[in-house]
Amino acid sequence: MLDTLATPHGYPGRLIVVEGIDGSGKTTQLRLLAKWLAATGHRVSMTEWNSSALVRTAVRTGKRKNVLTPTTFSLLHATDFADRQLYKIIPPLKAGMAVLADRYAYTAFARDVARGVNRQWVRDLYSFAVRPDLVVYFRVSVDVALERLIARQVKLKFHEAGMDMGWSQNAPESFQLFQTKVLDEYQHIVGEHELQVIDANEGITDQQRMFRELVSQHLERSRE
Amino acid sequence: MTTLVRGARGGVRPGHYYGHGLPSPESHTGPGRIIAIEGTDGVGRSTQVRLLREWLEVRGYGVVETGLAHSRLMERSIQIAKSSNTLNPLTFVLLYACDFADRMEKEIIPALSAGFIVIADRYIYTAIARACVRGVDSQWLRRLYGFALAPHLVFYLKIDADTLVKRVLDNGGISYWESGMDMKFGDDIFDNFRTYQRRLLRTYAAMAKEFDFRVIDGRVPIDTIQEQLQRQVGTFLDAQPSTMDPELRSCG
Repeated sequence: MLDTLATPHGYPGRLIVVEGIDGSGKTTQLRLLAKWLAATGHRVSMTEWNSSALVRTAVRTGKRKNVLTPTTFSLLHATDFADRQLYKIIPPLKAGMAVLADRYAYTAFARDVARGVNRQWVRDLYSFAVRPDLVVYFRVSVDVALERLIARQVKLKFHEAGMDMGWSQNAPESFQLFQTKVLDEYQHIVGEHELQVIDANEGITDQQRMFRELVSQHLERSRE
Repeated sequence: MTTLVRGARGGVRPGHYYGHGLPSPESHTGPGRIIAIEGTDGVGRSTQVRLLREWLEVRGYGVVETGLAHSRLMERSIQIAKSSNTLNPLTFVLLYACDFADRMEKEIIPALSAGFIVIADRYIYTAIARACVRGVDSQWLRRLYGFALAPHLVFYLKIDADTLVKRVLDNGGISYWESGMDMKFGDDIFDNFRTYQRRLLRTYAAMAKEFDFRVIDGRVPIDTIQEQLQRQVGTFLDAQPSTMDPELRSCG
């Protein structure tokens, strides 16, 4: 079976991915990285998990009516990913751009498995994904993530809190139960897919400095 | 390592998953049975499904039908996607897999547990064949559909492309997708239909042994096909353990 996720891509562009649970600050970090890359003369293209128009209707009705199962949830996100890979990831990579992805297949490996989906099945499912050049995982404790979300007065999202699993009717409690499992899965993935880890309990500026260092090292390496 | 997809003869028993299954249940060994009717568009599948259902219900069996792309979750999305012209083979197959998963979990498994006979107007094989023809990795497709329970009976209504094209023209004409126009062979829909269907039919044929298809000639009259279906289904059901309504059977 073709496994492009395990094989370096041959495109002139670079694919940089951030991973982490909700509240890890990864989106903030990715935005700051994009500013810096653009300011230093790189052409940047961004893509976000679960953002294609193709499955929007199904995801929305599925979530609203809470009729998604772990398997259909997983397949809808894979469809979204396949669509974005076709339109938003491969073309800018071919054009030599820096593609910044907010979450990637590893999110599915962590979240879907936390919902009970078979580990190998979801890995086989995403074997068509382009292998990123750099994956940075913003590791944070569930308590810190939850504190941040609550401080921002963000209402915890039903699925992000894993409330579809029915483990707890209390959103923060459900978030803790579910995201603890997600963190455990990420922990496996770090070694399996060579994720670079940044301690996301640190301050925003410190994390960004480390992030930029990782990216520069990578860009220099790939120029050699 | 869990068993990957193999044909019924290769070890996957009816009611068990072809590969890595759903989170729950682990298999289905309850009273219900799955009968799948496969075949390309225009072969007369739906007519046969309707007649078979009628026959089974007269005999006292509870029947639930399930059909490709008719899940509550995905039906509308698939319609929108098919008309939007942005699909590629991979997104196409994933939308259908999601539709199938929704029906598996929300229709098929509950019906099986309640003791129904589920007649599937196309199961997973058409989706796999269509994607194979469009160049999607066949091993990947089999793993993707690992969450499908192996049916108890799979009938494949076989036809050749030349007979099929005449029949389809008699019944309202050739459609865009059935002629594989997305594959961009050329502009002639008639030529494309034959080229596409020939490839599709070859793919079905190649799957017959792996998935234990019972092949039925789809070119013979409707009644003749139905008689064969009834004979084979009848023999199969008569051989089932008493959970399938012994009282009714003794009345029949």
